[in-house]
Amino acid sequence: MNNHQRSFFFNVDWITVLIYLALCTIGLFNIHAAVYDENHPHIYDLSTSSGHQLIFIISGIVIGSVILLLESRFLSALSPAIYVVTILLLILVLVIGRGVGGNQAWIDLGGGFKLQPSEFAKFATCLLLARYLSATNVKVTDTKSLMIAGGIILLPMMLIKMQPDDGSTLVFCSLILVLYREGLSSYFLIIGGLLATLFITSLMFEAWQVVTVVVIAAALLIFMLKRNRTMVLKLLIGTIISIGFVFAAKPLYEKALKPHQRARIDIVLGLSKDKKHVGYNQNQAKIAIGSGRVWGKGYLQGTQTKYSFVPAQSTDFIFCTVGEEWGFAGSVTVMGLFLFLLLRIIQIAERQRAPFSRIYGYGVASIIFCHVLINIAMAIGIMPVIGIPLPFISYGGSSLWSFTILLFILLKLDSNRMGMNWA
Amino acid sequence: MNSFFERRYVVAGIFITFILILLGRLFYIQVVDDRYFLFAKNNVVRRFVQYPARGPILDRKGRIMVQNEPVYDIMVIPKQVKPFDTLEFCKLLGIDTAGFNKRMLKARKYSPYLASAFEKQLTAEMYAAFQERLSEFPGFFPLQRPMRTYPDSSAAQFLGYIGEATDAIIKRSGGYYSPGDYVGITGVERSYEDVLRGQRGVENRLVDSRNVSQGSYADGAFDTVAVAGERLTSSLDLSIQDLGEKLMKNKVGSIVAIEPSTGEILCFVSSPTYDPNLLVGKQRGNNAAALYKDPYKPFFTRPVQAYYPPGSSFKPLSALIAMQEGVITPQTIYVCPGYYQSGNRRVKCFQGEVHGAVNLAEAVAHSCNGYFFMAFDKLINRNGGRKTDTSYNYWRSNVAKFGLGSKLGVDIPAEGRGNLPKASYYDKVYRKGGWRSSTVISLGIGQGELLATPLQLANIEATIANHGFYYKPHLIKGIGDKQVVKPEFTVRNYVGIDPQYFEPVIDGMQNVVDFGTARGSKIPGIVMCGKTGTAEVKGKKDNSVFVAFAPRENPKIAIAVVVENSGQGATWAAPIASFIVEKYLTGTLTKRGIDPNYYINSNLLPNLSPPKPVIKKLVPTDTLKKPVQADSARQSKLKSAANKKEQSNNPAVKQTTMLAKRKDNE
Repeated sequence: MNNHQRSFFFNVDWITVLIYLALCTIGLFNIHAAVYDENHPHIYDLSTSSGHQLIFIISGIVIGSVILLLESRFLSALSPAIYVVTILLLILVLVIGRGVGGNQAWIDLGGGFKLQPSEFAKFATCLLLARYLSATNVKVTDTKSLMIAGGIILLPMMLIKMQPDDGSTLVFCSLILVLYREGLSSYFLIIGGLLATLFITSLMFEAWQVVTVVVIAAALLIFMLKRNRTMVLKLLIGTIISIGFVFAAKPLYEKALKPHQRARIDIVLGLSKDKKHVGYNQNQAKIAIGSGRVWGKGYLQGTQTKYSFVPAQSTDFIFCTVGEEWGFAGSVTVMGLFLFLLLRIIQIAERQRAPFSRIYGYGVASIIFCHVLINIAMAIGIMPVIGIPLPFISYGGSSLWSFTILLFILLKLDSNRMGMNWA
Repeated sequence: MNSFFERRYVVAGIFITFILILLGRLFYIQVVDDRYFLFAKNNVVRRFVQYPARGPILDRKGRIMVQNEPVYDIMVIPKQVKPFDTLEFCKLLGIDTAGFNKRMLKARKYSPYLASAFEKQLTAEMYAAFQERLSEFPGFFPLQRPMRTYPDSSAAQFLGYIGEATDAIIKRSGGYYSPGDYVGITGVERSYEDVLRGQRGVENRLVDSRNVSQGSYADGAFDTVAVAGERLTSSLDLSIQDLGEKLMKNKVGSIVAIEPSTGEILCFVSSPTYDPNLLVGKQRGNNAAALYKDPYKPFFTRPVQAYYPPGSSFKPLSALIAMQEGVITPQTIYVCPGYYQSGNRRVKCFQGEVHGAVNLAEAVAHSCNGYFFMAFDKLINRNGGRKTDTSYNYWRSNVAKFGLGSKLGVDIPAEGRGNLPKASYYDKVYRKGGWRSSTVISLGIGQGELLATPLQLANIEATIANHGFYYKPHLIKGIGDKQVVKPEFTVRNYVGIDPQYFEPVIDGMQNVVDFGTARGSKIPGIVMCGKTGTAEVKGKKDNSVFVAFAPRENPKIAIAVVVENSGQGATWAAPIASFIVEKYLTGTLTKRGIDPNYYINSNLLPNLSPPKPVIKKLVPTDTLKKPVQADSARQSKLKSAANKKEQSNNPAVKQTTMLAKRKDNE
């Protein structure tokens, strides 16, 4: 027993735990700074957001510890059940959900507790995806398997889109990286990247300009690869599809997106002057971060956040406080920690003997990466405003707990990687 | 299974690439681009100017002439207003419900979160009633502002007034003032603006996204404290100022009294005057407009802006110069046949009165024109008729030393020079060499083109009282708590007359009051030395002039009184002067032959006829027939036109428009 316990603690990846605690602490202090006022000067004041967040962190650690104590083989076995429950909750939230900022995302549990099922859908989807892809007869290169895997991802996506919660919907797209790692053709990534680039450039420039560039690029490629006939053929087909897409982009953009979404995108792309003050929040966020300069204004000294120029400053725009009060030094620290965490998760994933654990690990990395990318890019104004929390740092119990669960399940799987082998 | 193992590097590469892109962008906006830092600062830092209290002005005995009285604006922050008894509220402020709604709408339009004025300038009584119930009206609060008040309502032209800075003032100040600031426009308020206004402070405050203040910026490191304006101590004595204003009520003219030993102006009456309290508060605009339209021009500061011929009051000065230049002695006797023969011209004493043999003192006492024509003739002709112009300029420079023909430099704005023509002026009118002493002989008795302000007249008396020097007359004797005196006010200005020449002249001036024309104004127990003067104006009554100083030994007060279009010098000016002198020297008015109430109650306001056309053509004529008009209203018009040519043409204008004779027998 004693021996077992020691090996258990030894097997937990403490580096990841330390990064996790570091990010949570940074979050706590920055939430305190964001909501600070003279009447409530203490970070642990339970009437403030920072006091709440402290409770969330402590309970998060408890949840994490409980997960570490669970039998890991349950996780694989229970993943379909967890997935189904989550899907049911996502349906339920559409019926009885409480609106926050126009989204029906919350289920009120009473007593001030609220549940955001979309947060839990992330790890539920990861678990089921890992379980499905780790089955011996499933290969991503297989069309049928790919369809089923895609279905596992798309079902919660659609339900979340109906809330509507664009940010969380987008996050599920990142799971394409998991599929890629498991053997999805590179073309999916390349074509996806190309289409995104074409779409954005089509919005920013006249269609004929984009088409000219596409044709020139295609001609060059064909000239270089003229020996390879199939490649030339593929390129020709790709070029034609691209040109069609360029012309379709604008009507698609205007049809598919709602005016407020288009307005946000237009501002980031510099397509429209900000007449209706739509970009005010984002601009103030950018000012907050930019005004931090190299070393920042100092803890609790951020004027942009303290005097509420920045919206949602303890949740989606928490990075403004980091950037303003800690400057570029703070930005590098936070981004560095995230990058370190992501690479560490990849390392953990790759050292798993069980494919289930590896696939799950990539899911965790993809989801965290997607959150960080969208959140920071939005705060510094290179992406439209999409409400999405910064993992471990943004204020909020559901978000913190779901990321904790997401991460600690991986840690649990990892701590058992030897045992799984021997079992 | 692990055939795609190398793809871990692709995924890691994607993570690294995107994180580096974000960091690159962060590096750009945080480190490279400094604009955001400025944006953030502009967002939150607001400069609030702290206005210091304007300095009060006291009289020489420390009584308050102008001070700041708090008035109260009722401010409102619409977002903080909660339901309350609107009717009661309106009753307290004296407004109706419609007015309430209008104000509320305006405030809300300005800002729901920021305070704006709901009702301005509540009186102390209204405020007292309102304050008791303030707690019933959340969202409303009083804001105290200082307002100029004048407890005695006196000395309006001396004090001047303040008003909002005009564009011109703002431009001239190099950005010190901004629209809405109050600055001194006239009088002492203007000339001492720099000390009265104090030093403005700046408070840098942080504001939040709704512009609501959130405390000081950088713990006040860049703030400056407002310093209140300096207290000014005026040289005026309010007791005689008030008496003077009462005596001059319903009359046009001035009283200027100077303390000879200091140059301090004791009394500075410009009549008609106005209540300076009219030019503050809610009704300021209407009141100012009405005052501007007043034909008697209450804003015209007559003691320093109105020009009068000195007339006979000039004779003592004339005698002093003649003695100093040695053309006469106190013993020089002129046998007056009722006229003086200058060259081939015969100029008469007043109404041909024959004075017989008179020495200098007697000539002053009896105001014998002939004696002073004789003395002036001798001065101008002493180098022969060919050098008339050089002799004249020499005489002129002697007169100018007394402060005539130039600004004395009194410490309020818009002082006039009077008129003391140069030889070149007569060269222009009569051509060079075309004029003789006989041409300008009336200057010898203070007439012709000679014009002086009441201040200059009083200053001559102060000089005589001092036996040969004067201090620059001034209205502010001390600045601030330390009573700092401007150094220029402590310099003796010598007029180039040796002290021994004064006694015979002063003998004559004492006789004027003791036995002469002004004997009715003799003050029991006080030796006053004075001189009356009169100038007749066509179609109007004479200007009454009296100059004096008292007591003869160790003089305490020198005074000049002008009452326009009122009659002879002895009739109005001399008694008024005597009351001022008596009040100043003894503190009371004793019962004697004349009753101050009679003078206070007399209405001598001239009927103002429509303005006559101004003729600009210069006509060379005999200066003797070109006397003098002392219609200050007319002068003011010319002055306000600020046309020097017109002014120098003035005598010619008068010549054509009126017949006037000198009257100088008093």
